[in-house]
Amino acid sequence: MSESTQIAWNRKDLTGIEPLSRGEIELILDTAPQFVAVSKRQSGIKKVPLLQGRLVVNWFHEPSTRTRTSFELAAKRLSADTLSITASTSSSVKGETLHDTLANIEAMHSDVIVIRHNCAGAPHILAARHASHIVNAGDGRHEHPTQALLDAFTIREHVRKHTSNPEATLDGVKVAIIGDVEHSRVARSDIWCLNKLGARVCLCGPATLLPMDVERMGVEVTHDLREAIHDADVIYALRIQLERQAKALFPSIREYIRLFRIDSDSLQSAPAHALIMHPGPINRDLELATEVADGPRSVILEQVSNGVAIRMAVMHLLVNSGNKSGS
Amino acid sequence: MSAEQQAYESTIVMDGETMGATIRRLAQLIAEANPDIEALVILGILRRGRPLAERIAAQIEKMTGRRPAVGSLATTLYRDDFRAGLRRPKVHGETQFDFSLDDRTVLLVDDVLAAGRTIRAALDEVMDYGRPRRIQLACLVDRGGRELPIQADYLGWQVATAPNEWIAVHMKEIDGEDAVLLERRAPTPLRQEGAGG
Repeated sequence: MSESTQIAWNRKDLTGIEPLSRGEIELILDTAPQFVAVSKRQSGIKKVPLLQGRLVVNWFHEPSTRTRTSFELAAKRLSADTLSITASTSSSVKGETLHDTLANIEAMHSDVIVIRHNCAGAPHILAARHASHIVNAGDGRHEHPTQALLDAFTIREHVRKHTSNPEATLDGVKVAIIGDVEHSRVARSDIWCLNKLGARVCLCGPATLLPMDVERMGVEVTHDLREAIHDADVIYALRIQLERQAKALFPSIREYIRLFRIDSDSLQSAPAHALIMHPGPINRDLELATEVADGPRSVILEQVSNGVAIRMAVMHLLVNSGNKSGS
Repeated sequence: MSAEQQAYESTIVMDGETMGATIRRLAQLIAEANPDIEALVILGILRRGRPLAERIAAQIEKMTGRRPAVGSLATTLYRDDFRAGLRRPKVHGETQFDFSLDDRTVLLVDDVLAAGRTIRAALDEVMDYGRPRRIQLACLVDRGGRELPIQADYLGWQVATAPNEWIAVHMKEIDGEDAVLLERRAPTPLRQEGAGG
């Protein structure tokens, strides 16, 4: 048991994966299984009193169903009180600054602020100036830390099952991330997270959708899907952001499908044990074929279930052992 | 770790043989008080309550021919010291049992009873899983120092400890040996204690 080596959690906020150590990431992953069990309770009450009487505010400046619902459910399963503020209902439309809005929320004695914002760095700016625990639920193209944590957790659970080793790590596991890396905060957080955990990351997509100099993040890059997936343990399809296709970042959707879609045909080049993952929402039959999304290798819905447990673990660590003064 | 242990002295106060006899006696008391073994389920509080619960169940089986179902209770998620900032989250494992608690006699098993706060947490956790007919408590050692009005129904051994003393139970399944130790902080620490002590 890792109890004697377990490291302490000392951060007030979770603003991103990049500043975390491997030990801190593993502490979050190790805290999650007990929360998976809470959600799975067959009989009895599916919640625990760890955040009883605390106020968790979900403050979303961008549309989101999955992440907002997941955070809200996580807070409720910890017995917290929850509030949701979306951009269209907040005073930001009347010109109030982020700091002023947050100061007003804090005047109502909030404990945790979960924020999604289209500006990269917004959570960091707020975390430095306000006393509440800030959790980044996605900032611009920068980071989406809880998504990376739930992805790493899902992969680790499968590696442990597959190797029958309950202590197995991600060391040496190969993850192929396919598609629109350029616009994806999920990809950025995943790369940092998987690299820190010892996994090998390979990016694959049209050159226009891969950031320049991305190799500097310590990843392999290829434009050949078969090369990317032939030895992959995990195939991670990213969402093609059709709303950005107006800029014509690749010649046509038909060409993208022909070269980069994960379907039963392209999967023939991948190992039989390779897992299929996607952060959602899926463009069915664009980046991921329906038969694969719903197939036996897909763990997409497990990602969603694990997301609640990871967010419970994060909020528990921040509130119940976090440093109250500065990150 | 070893440097920290050197600051303590420990004495064996119960050897393996006496511990075995104590567990047999506990099992006998439990079996006598619960003639309907089918209605009895045992939850061992992690970590050492779990192997203790297994041993009690095995003894009850020897005496009555029927073995009560055994599970684990973590209690971590119900502790009151998180909120007070007194304790870092330490996870010993998960609550695990595959039977209903409704209308059963639930026997909680723990190695050491002290403040009673673990048992308070265990009671709340059990209540979240169902509505037992009754809940009972069996402990190997009661070392005193209660902070809540909680008592064991079945008790192996009672000892009053001073504030600088505590009881460590060792079990073969976890520690490689059976023994109860009385540990005492050395009267004059050899080194300055850090803030993390």
